[in-house]
Amino acid sequence: MKYKLGTMAVAGLMAASPVMADLVFPSLSYRTGPYAAGGIPFADGYADYFTLLNERDGGIGGVAARVLECETGYNTEKGVECYESTKGEGALVYQPLSTGITYQLIPKATADDIPIHSMGYGRTSAANGDVFSHVFNYPANYWNGASAAINHILEQNGGDISGKKIALVYHNSAYGKEPIRTLEKLSEKHGFELSLLAVDHPGQEQKSQWLQIRREKPDNVIMYGWGVMNQVAVQEAANIRFPMENFIGIWWSGAEIDVTPAGDKANGFKALALTAVGDDFPLYEDLQKYVVDTGKAAGAGDQLGTVPYNRGIYAAMLAAEAVKVAQKMHGVDDITSGQMRDGMEALVITEDVMAANGLPGFGPSFSVSCENHGGEGMVAVTQWDASAGEFVTISDFAPTDMSVIQPLIDEDSAAFKAENNIASNCN
Amino acid sequence: MLYREAGDFSTTYSEDSQTFPIKFDRWRYYAVLFVAIFVIPFMINDYWVNSIFMPFLIYAIAAIGLNILVGYCGQVSLGTGGFMAVGAYACYKLMTAFPEVSMFIHVLLAGGITAAVGVLFGLPSLRIKGFYLAVATLAAQFFLVWLFNRVSWFYNYSASGQINAPERDTFGILITGPNTEAWATYMFCLIFTIFSAVVARNLTRGSVGRQWMAIRDMDIAAEIIGVNPLKAKLTAFAVSSFFVGISGALFFAVYLGAVEVGEAFGITKSFLVLFMIIIGGLGSIFGSFAGAAFLVLLPVLLKVIGVDWLGWPTDIVAHLNLVIVGGLIVVFLIAEPHGLAQLWRVAKEKLRLWPFPH
Repeated sequence: MKYKLGTMAVAGLMAASPVMADLVFPSLSYRTGPYAAGGIPFADGYADYFTLLNERDGGIGGVAARVLECETGYNTEKGVECYESTKGEGALVYQPLSTGITYQLIPKATADDIPIHSMGYGRTSAANGDVFSHVFNYPANYWNGASAAINHILEQNGGDISGKKIALVYHNSAYGKEPIRTLEKLSEKHGFELSLLAVDHPGQEQKSQWLQIRREKPDNVIMYGWGVMNQVAVQEAANIRFPMENFIGIWWSGAEIDVTPAGDKANGFKALALTAVGDDFPLYEDLQKYVVDTGKAAGAGDQLGTVPYNRGIYAAMLAAEAVKVAQKMHGVDDITSGQMRDGMEALVITEDVMAANGLPGFGPSFSVSCENHGGEGMVAVTQWDASAGEFVTISDFAPTDMSVIQPLIDEDSAAFKAENNIASNCN
Repeated sequence: MLYREAGDFSTTYSEDSQTFPIKFDRWRYYAVLFVAIFVIPFMINDYWVNSIFMPFLIYAIAAIGLNILVGYCGQVSLGTGGFMAVGAYACYKLMTAFPEVSMFIHVLLAGGITAAVGVLFGLPSLRIKGFYLAVATLAAQFFLVWLFNRVSWFYNYSASGQINAPERDTFGILITGPNTEAWATYMFCLIFTIFSAVVARNLTRGSVGRQWMAIRDMDIAAEIIGVNPLKAKLTAFAVSSFFVGISGALFFAVYLGAVEVGEAFGITKSFLVLFMIIIGGLGSIFGSFAGAAFLVLLPVLLKVIGVDWLGWPTDIVAHLNLVIVGGLIVVFLIAEPHGLAQLWRVAKEKLRLWPFPH
């Protein structure tokens, strides 16, 4: 009871703080725990981009952006706590960077009229905007990723992979299970043999899975891993001398930090990518000038140019663009979360838009509509060059097999719609 | 001066054996109940319910359940997370199979199913005890999590293996789903918490509780004086799992709304609830509440102080949180091995004599 009263007093003071005219972007980050390796650079990139906009342009459309960081540790309970404590501050869009937390927030945020942008994660069928009015997963989702990996393997094998053995090493959670159904459909279509190897949270223990891979000798391995699981998997693959060029990770399994521990043995490891790699973009000069040199960089400021950092930059850029669209649509600068949702639904990212933001060719061009919250699902492939210590794009943004993915999206979202009695969002 | 029993006469046996025999204590208890039932529901918002009260109430139920098993009956269990998962998945299957039935019934039935599973995993306790039993219940923990991950019938064959609570009500008031009112979910959990505490308190005072305690203190002596160890141990497992199952069902359906078994009901959950009762006080209903409050509210409090007041980076606060909570646990265990409940007892003794201690 004493503690209850204490916290009550604390939150009373919190609630009393005044509401300022700013654009609030909550960042449900995780800088601690087994997934921090990916969480830190993403959160840094997300925060740094908004810092840059504030410092260089005075905010978005003249209104300052405020990033509200809340530590979740990739834990859903803390995610709920973070959501509840930040939503009252006028949060515009949530990017939880966790599939578990996204699942949690989908109904809550929809009821509260706050959009969620689960960029390349979360519930894949949320791409159907007719059912999931407040959830967006552009530019690509897990099923695009699975299809892109298979497309790449097809390309390697001259278009015929019938009879090949492909193993999926996945994080045993909602995240890792997402691609299974797509891969099963694709295996029917292309005639390859799929084997599934689950790795339990947090993923440090993978000996038995890789022993099985050594025994079964699959031609290719696809990995849906995150955090410490990636590093262990790459190391294990190197230990059993699995040919790295046949090992392909989703975009969450392809950061510098995932491959460097294995050293030269990781050379040739492939990963899908949502954005371009490296820091060779005009935006980075501004970042250096306005954010890093002035000491305003988030975190330790040592993550610039890494893959997850670029993804954080990209997520922030898409959010800022959606704000601009919303400001234009509704004719107000200090937009609400509902207006932000409209802006995200009308978002069109072209090469010109990216170039204007100092990021030419950074991501695919795509457009969002009421029915399609997932964009066109274009995915690139990168490969690790251990001697140079960097990922190199080996295949540019290419379309994925929507003839397989779209029916799955329709089926899963229709089931959700029926289960929860949701009215159509469009028309 | 406070908690004085002078002038507080009992004229019947029932008055003498009530839960709070001292008048001041009784009034304090009524006051807490009054505030919890008639004041808080009118004041709270979503933040208060979802971040503070609901986790506190739900963990308190789980702690009461585990306290019956560990604190009263002396059977160490590391399977709490697994049993909570049974409650959650039972509740999910019931909710989706019988949508028109009231949530009250679903939660109680989920508790009942968990009790049955608990008895099943309690059977080894008849042969093994102490650390060995802890290992056996640990097996229950891993087996149950594996089962719910593996068999897709439990999550209705959804692609991701997640279970999502659909909108359900009781007496026309929404209890689950995103459109619930803060007071409704709070009251729903509060009713179950009060129910659990009252039932647990009265069970532990009666003959069943005495049998449990006899088994805890020395099982062979208990058997010699006529306590049936089979019945005592299995009832402890059943009652404990019943409460843990209720808490698991509420945790999934009312609090989180979507759950993934490995993440929400992993081994860390078992340890968390075990720490709650160790810090709160083994063999004490109040201790269950105190321990739950300590481990649920302290991190939130530290976060509010560190991030919102002092403006420190979130990762530093998260790390400090671990250090401070861990440090406090060690301090408590050294300074007061019997937990917060014992501190409370000592405080009451002191208050009784205050301000004239001699």
